[in-house]
Amino acid sequence: MTLILTTNDAMKIAAHHSIVWFARRILSGLVVVWAAATFAFVIQCVLPGDRAQIIINVTSGNVGLASSAELAAINAKYGFDQPLAIQYGKYISGILHGDLGESYQQHRPVAGIIAEQIGPTIGLAVTALLFAWIIAILTTLFIAGRDNIWAKLLNDTQVFFATAPPYWLATILLVVFAVKLRIFPVIGGSSPVGLILPTVALALELSGFFGQVVQNEFTRVLEQPFVTSARARGMSEFGVRLRHVLRHAALPGITLSGWALGKLLSGAILIEVVFARQGLGGVLVAATSSRDVPIVSGAVLISAGLFVLVSLIVDLTYRVVDPRINLT
Amino acid sequence: MSMFAEATVSRPLKEVLAIVRHFPFRVAACLIIIGLFALAALAPKVLQTHDPLAIDLRSSLQSPSFDHWFGTDQLGRDLYSRVVEGAGQSLAIGLGATALSMSIAIVFGVAAALSGGVCDSVLSRIVDVLFAIPTLLLALVVVSVFGPSVLTEVIAVGIGTAPGYARMIRGQMLAVKETGYVEAAKVLGHPFSRIVRRHILPNAMNPLTAMMTIGVGQAIIWASGLAFLGLGVAPPAAEWGALLNAGRNYVIYAWWLEIIPGLAVTAFALSLTIIGRHLQDRLEGKK
Repeated sequence: MTLILTTNDAMKIAAHHSIVWFARRILSGLVVVWAAATFAFVIQCVLPGDRAQIIINVTSGNVGLASSAELAAINAKYGFDQPLAIQYGKYISGILHGDLGESYQQHRPVAGIIAEQIGPTIGLAVTALLFAWIIAILTTLFIAGRDNIWAKLLNDTQVFFATAPPYWLATILLVVFAVKLRIFPVIGGSSPVGLILPTVALALELSGFFGQVVQNEFTRVLEQPFVTSARARGMSEFGVRLRHVLRHAALPGITLSGWALGKLLSGAILIEVVFARQGLGGVLVAATSSRDVPIVSGAVLISAGLFVLVSLIVDLTYRVVDPRINLT
Repeated sequence: MSMFAEATVSRPLKEVLAIVRHFPFRVAACLIIIGLFALAALAPKVLQTHDPLAIDLRSSLQSPSFDHWFGTDQLGRDLYSRVVEGAGQSLAIGLGATALSMSIAIVFGVAAALSGGVCDSVLSRIVDVLFAIPTLLLALVVVSVFGPSVLTEVIAVGIGTAPGYARMIRGQMLAVKETGYVEAAKVLGHPFSRIVRRHILPNAMNPLTAMMTIGVGQAIIWASGLAFLGLGVAPPAAEWGALLNAGRNYVIYAWWLEIIPGLAVTAFALSLTIIGRHLQDRLEGKK
């Protein structure tokens, strides 16, 4: 079969192909990561004051002026004396080789420091995400869409959890369950029991957000014709909710899980500090207060990379779950 | 020219006033809470029972009682009076940060939506990249570059929350651009600048009233979070975040030092959220 196609038409048809779509998504993701890397480089450059002086002060813990010989040595070591374009080129090529620069204070590669600490943080974030979904789905399944006192109470609780500061909820849990009731250890370390309170604290805020969105969708779906039809067939109310309504109401949840990444990371930093847990939170706070910018900008780059990866997974999942979706 | 400006300003204001005239009980309760906080911010002396700076070591770390409503801190200072004292600074930080983030967001959002084409995609990409970085991390970047201080805290929270608003405003502008009345104005041959001034901006900015109400509460939460981490206002001040940071070391012996300032933050933010959501519902024409 021969068809006469202009290049434009061919491109339009090709754009519907999964592989082309996938390639375009990866490309735009790489652009975002590159832009984040540039941002990370810029924040290291705009640091007010002389960077060599800051490094010397941070290392020695003294505040004072170093001799020009000392400054020159540091400048030469970190390459600050070179033109910005060359520094930028080195930074980007370093990233391609997995090198995010060196911490001003610890004098160790930033990539290594983050790699050591990111595990517990990701673990906390993932368990909290799952737990938040369990809370949101169970409460919605049983309560949402009914016109009674429980539905109103649930709605208010969700707004409360979504608004209240995560570190405050975490502190309340800590005081009630660890200090007063002594059910959990005050400082849990990395044991599974110690993970429970931080997970709940992080999950409560998210469950409020998830619950609100799922509940809205749930009440909307409850009015659809296929729900009436299922009821007419004699299906029980709970069966209708579980088999028909929840499935549709859960769709926006996929997007929401991706969006939750930022909230999870922000919350995890605060909650790790509340519970004195090992993780990125403590490292980032220490780095921020000692103005150890390479660690902070390294974290920026990593979180942007995670964001791109998660968005890609979300889009792929959507494509599998709901093939009608128009992906352009 | 001045007539247009007047029409732009007065319409949303009239709508807001019309909404305020009849509201349900919970919104009224929230308005009273906000009023109390505003009073504490403007005239702390009226509400205080003790001198917020008076040190009394004999009555240090006392739990809440009739004399000290919120208990005392490690130096015996009355926590209730300190929370009242801190309201002014906390509210100022929240308002300042919201004003900053809204200004950034409006510039980016409006510029992106109006320019379209390459300029829109570049601006949207910049916002996308910043959006990919968690709010708190973006705030930490600002603090690590400029060092902790009150001004940094405002800038950090302002920049941290701006990308989300910028996206919302751009979306809002684009939605209004597509509406029938804008099309009609185009067909009537009105110049683009006038369509933007008279139709697009007023209608796209309408939801901002509600967004900003909620935003001030959120800004205070982020700011107090930064201070809680020891990266905001330094502890001698009675700002809520500073109180939270100071109380962190005593949380095991004196829960009130941590829970009560946090309750102030939560009550303030929650009241603003409920009022903001009510405004949102009304502006969208629900009920």
